[in-house]
Amino acid sequence: MSSDEEKRNAHFVDKAPFNPYERDALTPEQEKYYLASQWRLTWWRLKRHRLAYVSLIILAVMYASVFIVEFIAPYAQETRNSNFIHHPPQSIHLFHDGEFVGPFTYGTDFSVDMETLKPNYVPNMDRVDRLRFFCSGDDYEFWGLIKADFHFVCPAQDGTLFVFGTDRLGRDMFSRIIYGARVSLTIGLVGITVSFFLGIVIGGAAGYYGGWVDATAQRVIEVIRSLPEIPLWMALSAALPVTWSPILIYFGITIILGLIDWTGLARAVRSKLLALREEDYALAARLMGAKPKRIVARHLLPNFASHLIASVTLSIPNMILGETALSFLGLGLRAPVTSWGVLLNDAQNINAVAVYPWLMLPVVPVVIVVLAFNFLGDGLRDAADPYKN
Amino acid sequence: MLTFLARRLFVMVPTLIMISVLVFVIIQLPPGDFLSTYLNELQSQGEAVDPAKIEFLKHQYGLDQPLYVQYFDWAWGLLHGDLGFSFEYNLPVTEVVGDRLWLSLVLNFSTILFIYIVSFPIGIYSATRQYSWGDYGFTLLGFLGLAMPNFLFALILLYYANVVFGTSIGGLMDPEFINQGWSFAKVMSVVEHLWAPVLVIGTSGTASMIRRLRANLLDELGKQYVVTAHAKGLSPLKVLFKYPLRMALNPFIADIGNILPQVVSGSVLVSVVMSLPTTGPMLLTALQSQDMYLAGSFLMFLALLTVVGMFVSDVLLAWLDPRIRLQGGVGK
Repeated sequence: MSSDEEKRNAHFVDKAPFNPYERDALTPEQEKYYLASQWRLTWWRLKRHRLAYVSLIILAVMYASVFIVEFIAPYAQETRNSNFIHHPPQSIHLFHDGEFVGPFTYGTDFSVDMETLKPNYVPNMDRVDRLRFFCSGDDYEFWGLIKADFHFVCPAQDGTLFVFGTDRLGRDMFSRIIYGARVSLTIGLVGITVSFFLGIVIGGAAGYYGGWVDATAQRVIEVIRSLPEIPLWMALSAALPVTWSPILIYFGITIILGLIDWTGLARAVRSKLLALREEDYALAARLMGAKPKRIVARHLLPNFASHLIASVTLSIPNMILGETALSFLGLGLRAPVTSWGVLLNDAQNINAVAVYPWLMLPVVPVVIVVLAFNFLGDGLRDAADPYKN
Repeated sequence: MLTFLARRLFVMVPTLIMISVLVFVIIQLPPGDFLSTYLNELQSQGEAVDPAKIEFLKHQYGLDQPLYVQYFDWAWGLLHGDLGFSFEYNLPVTEVVGDRLWLSLVLNFSTILFIYIVSFPIGIYSATRQYSWGDYGFTLLGFLGLAMPNFLFALILLYYANVVFGTSIGGLMDPEFINQGWSFAKVMSVVEHLWAPVLVIGTSGTASMIRRLRANLLDELGKQYVVTAHAKGLSPLKVLFKYPLRMALNPFIADIGNILPQVVSGSVLVSVVMSLPTTGPMLLTALQSQDMYLAGSFLMFLALLTVVGMFVSDVLLAWLDPRIRLQGGVGK
């Protein structure tokens, strides 16, 4: 027999033992998918939602920068550049006369428009002020504790770096916006903690116990919901004593924001609990002698924790806007404290804004943060139920 | 329908009572009362204050009574249209307020109307032409409208009107009408000025209404009876208007309960920014000077506006949908 024929007639048998379940076996990817925890699945789904993922990154960067605002800001919070009042925004250039110089700003010449008394700053194309990096600049107290003067970027010696212009006292808007982020961004988180706590406790009690507890809670929620939020916030924050220190006012405002915001969350928790408490495992837990608090917190709440997080994410921007609105009106935080709302307070006078439009720039971070939270919340809401399709 | 109306009206009563208690608490919140502030002021100006006069004033304003008596006095006055006394203006609140309440009412009502008129056709368009360019465009606009805080929007609008067009869009009427009585020309002037604040306040509400209507209509359009109707050869317009639209209309009406507090809130802020002669700016000044009766009556008025608005939306809903008026379920 020729080897060709042998090959043709050969009876091939796989040497490996026969596995009848082979077709049902999972590929490593599938296995990873099926064994993943709910949180991991949620995370994967969220990552697929481009807009939400980008928003998450933006927010993460912003919140991370809150810790080190003193380094990032080129000027200290209250530095007054009295020679540069209402200085317009300067742009950062890389090339001078066709030559690469690295990041620099052009110095400006100052004159006064004698008719309108408006300060006039004209870029002087001969003065190249190269920016310094990792430099020592304005003194500050890091977190109000450690004295230092280290900055990531500073203007040249005797030069200026007003990326967003300066305000009526010659303070750098960009630095102040960065400092303002510390208050504006955290106020939403602290406020939401208050509202989250209230919402879960009240909604949980209403949903778990039902009966008169539920009826009372429902009534209260209805009343609060039928009140317009902002006038109520205004009235409550106007009632904060003027003698309080800025820190106390800050917490007062967050508590006020939280006190009114919890109703939506409480409703969500209540309606879910009403359905879930009839489940067998809730009954089992009750029969085994678990206390209501434990049943709600350990057995029922985790069922819709991801939904809660999504709805919380959607209500943080509401808080940030609330603070901005209150401070803008002068009822919230006040001058020595810097938040985006406090900065916008300067923009209340439309005539000033018409001449110095950069006073309105704090609007930009507010809108970015609000949009980012909205997109993230939308993505989270879609991702919250990873087992759906 | 009558029983429904009666029941719904009855539900409003405890809500209003609770709101009035809340507002009264807010009035009492700032430390001290008006009288002590007033006395301090007098003393700081070096004027001697006669103790008898203090007693007289205290008695006249009922400040020597226990709190609950003060509350009942105040609430009783409210029921009779007596809104209390503004200490800052030294006038009864009703006189200080003047046209402001009506203008607020007009502003909020027009905004709601605007929201309905704009979001209705766009919502239908977006649902029937899902994933078309128009749909994407409106969705994007809607997102921006939702995220853009309305007082910032007002600021930017004011700025552009000022810089680009050189006009001021603040105010609610031409300056020459401000202290005049009502005339046809004044009404027209108000109508002309109304668009800017209405646009600003209405944007976010419109955006959420469009999304709501679109989602509901899409749900309905996917159902089998719609397919059947199409298969039987009904004209597309008739298929749309006869059934799915009517089903989708329910939440559209009911949602006003959620939107109204937002609109009222927004109108307060926007009025301050655009200096409209409505309740907003006066509420702010009253709060700043702690003229609490004035502030309290504004708060009460705004709350009443939303509560009555919700009532109207519930009645509309019951009129529209027999299931609701027969079961007596309170629409939300």
